Amino acid sequence: MKFLRLALAALAAFSLALPVVARADALADVKKAGVLKVAVPQDFPPFGTVGPDLKPQGYDIDMAELLAKELGVKVELVPVTSANRIPYLTTKKVDLVISSLGKSPDREKVIDFAAAYAPFFNGVFGPADQKVTKIEDLAGRTLGVTRGAVEDLEISKIAPATATIKRYEDNNGTISAFLSGQVQLVATGNVVAAAILAKNPPKRPEVKFLIKDSPCYVGLNKGEPALLAAVNAAVAKAKKDGRLDAIAKKWLGAALPAGF
Amino acid sequence: MAYQFDFVDVFRYTDVLVRGVGLTVTLIGVGGTLGIAVGIAGAWARGYSGNRVLEWLVAAYVESIRNTPFLVQLFFIFYGLPSLGVRLTEVQAALLAMVVNLGAYATEIIRAGIEAVPRGQREAGASLAMTRLQVFRHVVLRPALQKIWPALSSQLVIVMFGSAVCSQIAAEELTYAANFIQSRNFRAFEVYFVATGLYLVLALLLRQGMRSLGGWLVFGRRA
Repeated sequence: MKFLRLALAALAAFSLALPVVARADALADVKKAGVLKVAVPQDFPPFGTVGPDLKPQGYDIDMAELLAKELGVKVELVPVTSANRIPYLTTKKVDLVISSLGKSPDREKVIDFAAAYAPFFNGVFGPADQKVTKIEDLAGRTLGVTRGAVEDLEISKIAPATATIKRYEDNNGTISAFLSGQVQLVATGNVVAAAILAKNPPKRPEVKFLIKDSPCYVGLNKGEPALLAAVNAAVAKAKKDGRLDAIAKKWLGAALPAGF
Repeated sequence: MAYQFDFVDVFRYTDVLVRGVGLTVTLIGVGGTLGIAVGIAGAWARGYSGNRVLEWLVAAYVESIRNTPFLVQLFFIFYGLPSLGVRLTEVQAALLAMVVNLGAYATEIIRAGIEAVPRGQREAGASLAMTRLQVFRHVVLRPALQKIWPALSSQLVIVMFGSAVCSQIAAEELTYAANFIQSRNFRAFEVYFVATGLYLVLALLLRQGMRSLGGWLVFGRRA
């Protein structure tokens, strides 16, 4: 009987301790271990690729290193794919997901999103001598787009009637048409425009206006208010002192868009 | 769940298809005429004129066109020429590519016809006090065209199908129209079935047209 009472007491004490163990603060854990584990992409330039020396490089990797530095810890990069990045987070294999992650209602049910750190949008691009700032300015101009892509469907709905939209079979055709001057402007993703800019082309695709905006967010587990606040503060600081702009210029060939 | 065929969804875009057929017909109409004209000129230069320089020039043109793909020629004209300062619209580029392409093949086809006309015919014509131009037109070219007219018709149909390739530079002909409709309603089977049927009708009409034209121009049948 005495043993049974002892056992029950131990069980009660243990069950009181359990919630404390389960509600451990991820930020505190990271600080204690001195390591921030971040999931990054390995097959999606310019956000994450593997360099010729087999080391990961890219926008997301630079972002991960910046955040770790702000928290005063080392960074451990964990390569993931689009399919397993959220499971890696929810099973706590990583503390943050920095992997060109877009916000969606389905994902909001499972994880939390911290601040946006990278622009990811479809827009209209063109050289500096094309004075275009909004959709109405397309009147009387030629615009190249890849047939069937999101940009094609969106721009076909909203472009003015006098805009000439030329649809090419694939991204290469669209890019060739823009670079050879067959079309004045091009509607595509900012990542594609960045790839063109990186090759120092004769016609520079600079952003005129956005069609559909879906920036990349830092992903973290639900119920981590301390970590969320720390990440938001770090991103805000990097935006203010120009470090985020420098990363954007390095990997996307363009500064952060106005109002980012 | 079996695939539900829905051809009505294709005919919602009838105006797009009609515009596409219109451009295809225009391209082969204008391109075919100019291409055959280029072919006659080239055949004369290489197979009749006796001028060594002309022969060599035409040979260079013919061999470089016949031994390269049409799509590559088209891309060169549309995407490559702007670097040399020559920027053509997609319809101009498509037309130029088709004329250049048909001209090369037509040169060889017509030249074969010219070589099949016996040499004695030319001497006979000269002995009848016909001018050199009259000899070429009536004694050599007309029989030559009679011999190779079916082959030339076939080449014309081939080049009309080549116009489908021009959809790659966003020339809004029939294949472009089909691709566009498919990208909006995703009904690939129905769309391409209709496009195939339209090309079949166009090809049959073209062959019949060439038969009639040949009968009137070349074979001397009263129209």
